[in-house]
Amino acid sequence: MLSDNDLIAIRLTVELALTTTVVLLVLGTPLAWWLARSRVWWKRPIAAIVALPIVLPPTVIGFYLLVALGPNGPIGKLTETLGVGLLPFTFSGLVVASVFYSMPFVVQPLQSGFEAIGDSPLEAAATLGAGPVDRFFSVGLPLARPALIAAAILGFAHTIGEFGVVLMIGGSIPGETRVVSVQIYDHVQAFEYAEAHWLAAGLLVFSFAVLLALYALNPSTLKKT
Amino acid sequence: MIGAKALSALVVLSFAASGASAETLRIAAASDLKFAMDEIVADFRQDHPDDAIDVIYGSSGNFHTQIQQGAPYDMYFAADIEYPRALVKAGFAASNVRPYATGRIVLWSAQLDASELTLADLPGLDVVKIAIANPAHAPYGKRAEEAMRATQVWDQIQRKLVFGENIAQTAQFVQSGNAQIGVIALSLALSPELAATGSYYLVPEALHEPLEQGFIITKRAASKALAAEFAEYMSSANVRTIMRRYGFVLPGEEQRTSAIESDVVGQ
Repeated sequence: MLSDNDLIAIRLTVELALTTTVVLLVLGTPLAWWLARSRVWWKRPIAAIVALPIVLPPTVIGFYLLVALGPNGPIGKLTETLGVGLLPFTFSGLVVASVFYSMPFVVQPLQSGFEAIGDSPLEAAATLGAGPVDRFFSVGLPLARPALIAAAILGFAHTIGEFGVVLMIGGSIPGETRVVSVQIYDHVQAFEYAEAHWLAAGLLVFSFAVLLALYALNPSTLKKT
Repeated sequence: MIGAKALSALVVLSFAASGASAETLRIAAASDLKFAMDEIVADFRQDHPDDAIDVIYGSSGNFHTQIQQGAPYDMYFAADIEYPRALVKAGFAASNVRPYATGRIVLWSAQLDASELTLADLPGLDVVKIAIANPAHAPYGKRAEEAMRATQVWDQIQRKLVFGENIAQTAQFVQSGNAQIGVIALSLALSPELAATGSYYLVPEALHEPLEQGFIITKRAASKALAAEFAEYMSSANVRTIMRRYGFVLPGEEQRTSAIESDVVGQ
């Protein structure tokens, strides 16, 4: 049923999704907090940039990442100068792409969660002498716990579902950039329909389970959508 | 779904991946080589059981771009020898371009008896979609377009054309029945998967530029012994037998057009 190459692809995909989720939670949580609390006008363009991957075709993201991360791109030159080498066709490159690509799926639930807290609990904490950082860690984060879990699940699942960007900047290298979605594509092109079925059905069940978990954890998402 | 056996295989694999003694060879190959190269690699590995050889199949044009962008392929087998030639010129190669075969295109169908058809029949066929590889970056697509223009059917069938990203995807479009007929590589039509499910007509090579194919060792593999060994192996008698079986014409050999065409009648 599952070949060695399939198992390598599964392991790689899980590693990619886990790494991406961790990076996104670290970067996305303060960003979402700022988007939820700040009142400056230019938070709107920032929010729009974060949301871009929802509407952009993966080919646009893939194309610009390939150019930017390539030997003649600004980021490519930087990574070469830093001695990291070039990012396209590497696991690190996929992490960078996935962080950008899955960003809105982590930031937006977090932002909604933080906004739902409202001002009063934070003002109460401030009255009790809590500074901004303390308020974030001891009031904001605990109250937004369901949103944190939802953000982590969505970021993880969306990274698993990535295909177009990976195809453009990955190069389908086994154990390095050949994730499950690309492995399915390769199986189909090699007429290996049975092998494609195992992986595709696996992803189908996985995705269903993820959404089910999400709705079970956070019933309010059902009402919103 | 993943059993205990599979899990233990995973553990073994992760150890194997970190082993330093064995070499890894990464080959980017045009997808017309899919079945022939799988056999060649399997044979080669019998003498190199500890080495890992990964073959990535795709469109020659895409690989050409990717190698320029720094893709970590050690060898590049293109369906159009011009791509590796350009890479040699641009300084991305560690070897000369070595011609390894000439490919042929066929009209292939899983639904119609393609052996009874020619390109000139295409406009009159009651089909919804005709698949070819994308002429913009896939050599087999370019040759399909040339042959269709030479038979003066291109303009009439253009609105029925669907374009595969590479020749394997094109074959997949036709094999799955989503396109009723298509122009694919002879090497794919002769693969067990397709030979069992369809029939083909060999497009005369006079109708298109030759599909001269060549490979290079890339610059990053300049000092990789395994790459040099594999390059050497490509001219072995064993490889030539495999390549011939998939309908490739080998460098320095005569076209076997008549022999192949008489095979078609039997389909």
